[in-house]
Amino acid sequence: MSLLEVRNLTISFGGLRAVDDFHIDIKKGQLYGLIGPNGAGKTTVFNLLTGVYKPDEGIIKLEGRDITGLKTIDINKAGIARTFQNIRLFKELTVLDNVKVGLHNHYHYSTVEGIFRLPKYYKVEKEMDGRAMELLKVFELDGEAGYLASNLPYGKQRKLEIARALATGPKLLLLDEPAAGMNPNETGELMDTIRFVRDQFDMTILLIEHDMKLVSGICEELTVLNFGRILTQGKTGTVLNDPQVITAYLGE
Amino acid sequence: MKKMKMTKTAKNNLITYIMVFLAYIAVQILLATGNISSLMKGLLVPLCIYVMLAVSLNLTVGILGELSLGHAGFMCVGAFSSAFFSKCMDGAMPDGVRFLLALLIGAAAAGFFGILIGIPVLRLKGDYLAIVTLAFGEIIKNLVNVLYIGKDKNGFHFSMKDSISLHLEEEGQVIVNGAQGITGTPHDATFTIGIILIFISLIIILNLINSRDGRAIMSIRDNRIAAESIGINITKYKLMAFSISASIAGAAGVLYAHNLSTLTALPKNFGYNMSIMILVFVVLGGIGNIRGSIIAAIILTLLPELLRGLSDYRMLIYAIVLIAMMLFNWSPKAVAWKERLKERYFPKRLRKEKEVK
Amino acid sequence: MSFISYLINGVSLGSVYAIIALGYTMVYGIAKMLNFAHGDVIMVGGFAVFTIVSTLGLPPILGILIAVVICTALGMAIERVAYKPLRNASSPLAVLITAIGVSYLLQNVALLIFGANTKSFTSVVAISPLKLADGQLIISGETIVTIIAGIIVMICLTLFVNKSKAGQAMLAVSEDKGAAQLMGINVNGTIALTFAIGSALAAVAGVLLCSAYPSLTPYTGAMPGIKAFVAAVFGGIGSIPGAMIGGILLGIIEILGKAYISSQMADAIVFAVLIIVLLVKPTGILGKNIQEKV
Repeated sequence: MSLLEVRNLTISFGGLRAVDDFHIDIKKGQLYGLIGPNGAGKTTVFNLLTGVYKPDEGIIKLEGRDITGLKTIDINKAGIARTFQNIRLFKELTVLDNVKVGLHNHYHYSTVEGIFRLPKYYKVEKEMDGRAMELLKVFELDGEAGYLASNLPYGKQRKLEIARALATGPKLLLLDEPAAGMNPNETGELMDTIRFVRDQFDMTILLIEHDMKLVSGICEELTVLNFGRILTQGKTGTVLNDPQVITAYLGE
Repeated sequence: MKKMKMTKTAKNNLITYIMVFLAYIAVQILLATGNISSLMKGLLVPLCIYVMLAVSLNLTVGILGELSLGHAGFMCVGAFSSAFFSKCMDGAMPDGVRFLLALLIGAAAAGFFGILIGIPVLRLKGDYLAIVTLAFGEIIKNLVNVLYIGKDKNGFHFSMKDSISLHLEEEGQVIVNGAQGITGTPHDATFTIGIILIFISLIIILNLINSRDGRAIMSIRDNRIAAESIGINITKYKLMAFSISASIAGAAGVLYAHNLSTLTALPKNFGYNMSIMILVFVVLGGIGNIRGSIIAAIILTLLPELLRGLSDYRMLIYAIVLIAMMLFNWSPKAVAWKERLKERYFPKRLRKEKEVK
Repeated sequence: MSFISYLINGVSLGSVYAIIALGYTMVYGIAKMLNFAHGDVIMVGGFAVFTIVSTLGLPPILGILIAVVICTALGMAIERVAYKPLRNASSPLAVLITAIGVSYLLQNVALLIFGANTKSFTSVVAISPLKLADGQLIISGETIVTIIAGIIVMICLTLFVNKSKAGQAMLAVSEDKGAAQLMGINVNGTIALTFAIGSALAAVAGVLLCSAYPSLTPYTGAMPGIKAFVAAVFGGIGSIPGAMIGGILLGIIEILGKAYISSQMADAIVFAVLIIVLLVKPTGILGKNIQEKV
């Protein structure tokens, strides 16, 4: 059974079909790429999958459970976490706190225990600190745990966003252009990190990317979108050599 | 690194507590040695009220990141509900117990209104939220001014018209008398109680900020969409911050009501102007900076009173301070200019500032 | 008969709200900010006319013209000094709080110059009241002038926005600032022009308001200003016909509420309208639905 199963996903904005009859099957543990020219509707697909937009038609199933039309927070609780094309960190919080907000729904103490600093507060906070530092170590951000997120360099901000998404304990991780704005060295590192996350956390990853080196380097399967519709779908090698795809990218 | 961060926050909070405590000791010494004018004496309880209002509004504006212009409305709810209770119960129980209950009732009533208003209002954003909180504040003030409640042997009577339509028995007593408000509320508020309430407010707010709930609230402020995407319940945490902020304002209202013999709802004390004045404290002290709010509230209350000649210009000074502070702290050009200055003259401090708290 | 006269008074008050609301809605549409000081520009207009006509004894028409010039300059100056530097501030609260500061500043400067005492404003309208239905229904000259002025302003503004080049530029800037800039539109100039027009309208509204309700204090503009914002939201913020409809409806609601429910509760009723509108249809009667970009 597929981890993510999407059928006939469609949404229109003011008469324009931004995403039309989108379908995808992603198996557990897969590294899957969603590519296509600018404006093809890739981010809209992410927004549909995470409940930011409600689809006009179609069905989204995660591990066989229908999650179509759920609210964003319930979709996150169901097991989908994401990053954003334009980085959305909690800028005025520290790097550590950014990850701790991600852990929010997995560690509990009441408001009263928090305000009156009862023993449970210290116990749970300590556990949260430990877990958050573990995650930060994976992304080599542990040295900057006390920095404000906005003070991190760009590449590290992208990594922190992934760490924060992972902190929510997802089954499926959606990465929206993780390599945007990175130099080739940083992109190389990022590829290693993504593979590491997949293996270490047993994660399934769907990513949007323009960097063909990254896509061909780590994605096992691809879906190509053009004008909101699926152009082609399949193994990475086959898809990238498809003349249709080359035309879509380079134009006639 | 982690240890250092913890201690830095804790140290910062400790400085705030010590500052309030020292201020209290200093005033006590002045009082004991008789070195304090009666004018200043009269200002002590209002000072505590303003400090509570400023720190609680900062929870909404600085920590939650939403502009509320109806803060005085919550103070009004706290003041009237508690004064009503105290009037009814005067003599029926020991004064200390009665005042404690009045405090709880005032804070709870204001918190309840915070939730009541918050549920619809917090769906809105920015400007809309500001104008609707302003509207709610005005509605509350308006309602209180046409509210008549009386008591006789048959129980309580309500009216929204005038005291005659309460149809009280001979021995009956009008408790809330429309625009004349409530008279004869017991004078329970003292400076010491005010300081204790400030401490409680600070403990609640500072500890909330540095907890799981506080992080969730600040994450909404920094990026609502990202917060939602990682499973933060926006409505719940907005309401939490808003209602806690309202309760503390309500408690400040209790203090206000029990410091005066006559409680009326005027534009001056519970209107939009009051809400703006509290906002000025918050802005001057630094949005999100709790200790700053305390200092700003004290300075801006004392200065015009001390420099009597300035009292005509008080509001004008507030207005100029507000505009200048906003331009200086928030205009991208001013921000960039300050960064450059710091880089040139205090490169070390700048590096330190990047590591926070 | 009294109902009809209430209704006419409502339309008259509503026309004033509509003229003020037009200023709000245009500024909001283009600068995406709530200009809290807009109401106080009305008060400045009122005091300008008061000084020229009542104190200096000059003809009313000259007073109105000078008031319009003063308010226009004031509006542009406020935009330049207080709002423009904050246009790209990281917090959206920054410019809103500054606007509140400007509102306060105007009120308190007026307070220092003119004092807190209520000035009785001499009406600038010299038309005798209209008597209808055997004198049962009396419509004052101020009411007639206000309604006519409201209609003229609305027609002129609609024509300006739809037909003139500057008006089209305004629409473009309100639609997408970045794109408008790329198309060669002077964005800063357009925003300044919007403030100028809004403030000129505020001066007109100030004269009409003070003629109909002839008492002038430094706080005269604040409440009508806030109510006009309610009207703008009611009609759908950013929409010019919306501001007109919202203004007139709000005026009618206020007068009828005062007459039939409670005169003390009139403000509360107006604000309750705002809250209900925002809960039921947050975009107002004619507002557009805008989806947030993720």
